Amino acid sequence: MIGAIQGLGRRTLDGLRGLGEAVLLMLRILRAAPEVVRRPRLLIEQLYVVGVLSLVIILVSALFVGLVLGLQGYYTLVDFGAEDAVGTMVALTLVRELGPVVTALLFAGRAGSSLTAEVGLMKATEQLSSMEMMAVDPERRILAPRFFAALLAVPLLAAIFSAVGVFGGYLVSVGMIGIDAGAYWSNMQNAVTVQDDILNGAIKSVVFGFLAGWIALHKGYMATPTSSGVSRATTMGVVHTSLAVLGLDFLLTALMFG
Amino acid sequence: MEAAENRDEMLARVRGLCVRRGGRSIFDGVDLDIRRGQVTAIMGPSGTGKTTLLRVLGGQLRPQAGEVHVLGEAVPQLSRAELYALRRRMGVLFQSGALFTHLSVFENVAFPIREHARLPEPLVETLVLLKLEAVGLRGARDLMPAELSGGMARRVALARAIALDPALMMYDEPFAGQDPITMGVLIDLIRRLNDALGLTSVVVSHDVHETFAIADYVYVLADGAVIAEGTPAQLNASEAASVRQFVDARPDGPVPFHYPARSLADELTGGRGS
Repeated sequence: MIGAIQGLGRRTLDGLRGLGEAVLLMLRILRAAPEVVRRPRLLIEQLYVVGVLSLVIILVSALFVGLVLGLQGYYTLVDFGAEDAVGTMVALTLVRELGPVVTALLFAGRAGSSLTAEVGLMKATEQLSSMEMMAVDPERRILAPRFFAALLAVPLLAAIFSAVGVFGGYLVSVGMIGIDAGAYWSNMQNAVTVQDDILNGAIKSVVFGFLAGWIALHKGYMATPTSSGVSRATTMGVVHTSLAVLGLDFLLTALMFG
Repeated sequence: MEAAENRDEMLARVRGLCVRRGGRSIFDGVDLDIRRGQVTAIMGPSGTGKTTLLRVLGGQLRPQAGEVHVLGEAVPQLSRAELYALRRRMGVLFQSGALFTHLSVFENVAFPIREHARLPEPLVETLVLLKLEAVGLRGARDLMPAELSGGMARRVALARAIALDPALMMYDEPFAGQDPITMGVLIDLIRRLNDALGLTSVVVSHDVHETFAIADYVYVLADGAVIAEGTPAQLNASEAASVRQFVDARPDGPVPFHYPARSLADELTGGRGS
C-alpha cells in the first residue's frame, strides 16, 4: 500500500519535472529565434524536410477525407432536402476541425516521429555532445530551426489539406452525385467567414504546429541514448502529440465556437 | 613568483574533485595537473570514470565538489556563454568519432570553421584541406561518414577537432577497437600534432603500451582516486601491486576479477549450504 503511494508520488514528481524541463527547453528555443532569422538557410532546409516531404501524405489524405465528407454529407442532408448545403458542410468541417486536427496527427506520424528519432540518434551517437564541445549550442543549431519549421509547416499544410478536401467534396457531390456546382460553391461562400472560421482554424493549426514541434524535439532531446530509448521516445512523441492535439482541440473549439 | 610560474606551466588543474552520479561515487578527492605542451595520459581500468573526467574538464558535467581550472578559468563556475567561449579553445576526439552522419567528410571538418568564423569559401576550403592533409585523408574529402572505416572516421573526427586550432586537445579512448596499423597511425598523429601545433593533450585510455609510448606523464585512476602517477618510465619501474596489475595486464589483483557478489556457494544453494 505504502509502496503504491510512493510509486504514485514518484511518478507525479517525475512527470512534473519532465514538464518543467520541457518548458525551460521551449523558452531556450524561443530565445534562439533571432539566430534562426539570421540564418534562413537552416530553416529552409528543415521546412523542406518536415513540410515539403509531408505533402504527399497530406494531399492524398485530404482528397480521401473530402470524398468521404462529400458522400456522408449528401446521404445525411438529402433526407432533409438540403443537399445543396453539402458544400457548406464539407468546408466548415474541414476549415474548423478536420484540416488542423488531421494535419497535426499526420504531421506527428510523418515528420514528428522522424524529428524525434533524428535528434535522439544524434544524442545516442554523441553528435550533440561533440557539437557542444565545438562550442556550438545544439539547442540553437539543431532544435531551433526544426521547431520553427514545424511551427510554419503545420498551418501551411493544414491550409492545403482544407483546400484539397473541399475539392474532394466537389468531385463527389458535383461530379459523381450531380449537385449543382453553383449551389456547392455559393452556399459555401455565404456560410464560411474569414474571421470566425478560417482565422480560428488557422489559430488552431498554429497551436498544433507548436505542440507537434515542441513534443517531438523534447522527446528526442531527452531520450535515453540507447536504441530502445530512442524507439520509446519516438513512440511516446507520436502518442503524446496526438493526445495533446485532440484534447486541446476540444478546448479551443469550446472557446472559439461556444 | 614561483607560484605564478607554476600556474603558467599548468594548462589545467584539478583539486579535490568529487563526482557522484546516481548515488555512486565516481571521484572522491582527485588531484591532477595537466602541464602545458605535454601529452598527459589518464589511465585506469574500464568504469573508473576516465571519460567522466573529460566531461568535467569540458564543463559538460558539474562536479559535486572540488576545483577545476582549465586555461585559467574555473570551469564549474562559468556561465553558459563563458563556457562556450572556453570550449572554442578545446578540441575533443570522441570514442565513436561522433561525425555528423548527414555531412560529408569535408563538411564535417568545415563545420566548426563555418560556425565560428565568417571566412570566404576559398579560405575555408584551404583550411579544411590542410587539416585533412594533416591526418592523411585529403583524398577522402567527398566520402560520407558511413563509407569510412572506424579508423578513418576517427582521423576525420581528429581533423575536425583541431579545425579551430585548440590549445587543449582531449582524446577519449583513441585506440579502442582499432587494428594495429590504425593504432600506429593514431599514436604517431597524437604525438606529432601535439608537438607541431604546440598543443597540450590529454589522452584517456586503457591501452598501456600505446599510451606509454606517447605520454609525458601518466595518472592511473582506480576506485575514484589517483592510485599512481609519474612518467611512463617511473610507472614501469613501480613495485606497487595495483600499478603492476594494470601495467602487466594481470586478470586478478587489487582490482578484483569478480564484480562484488555474495559467495558462489550461497548463490547456488540459496543460502542453505555452508
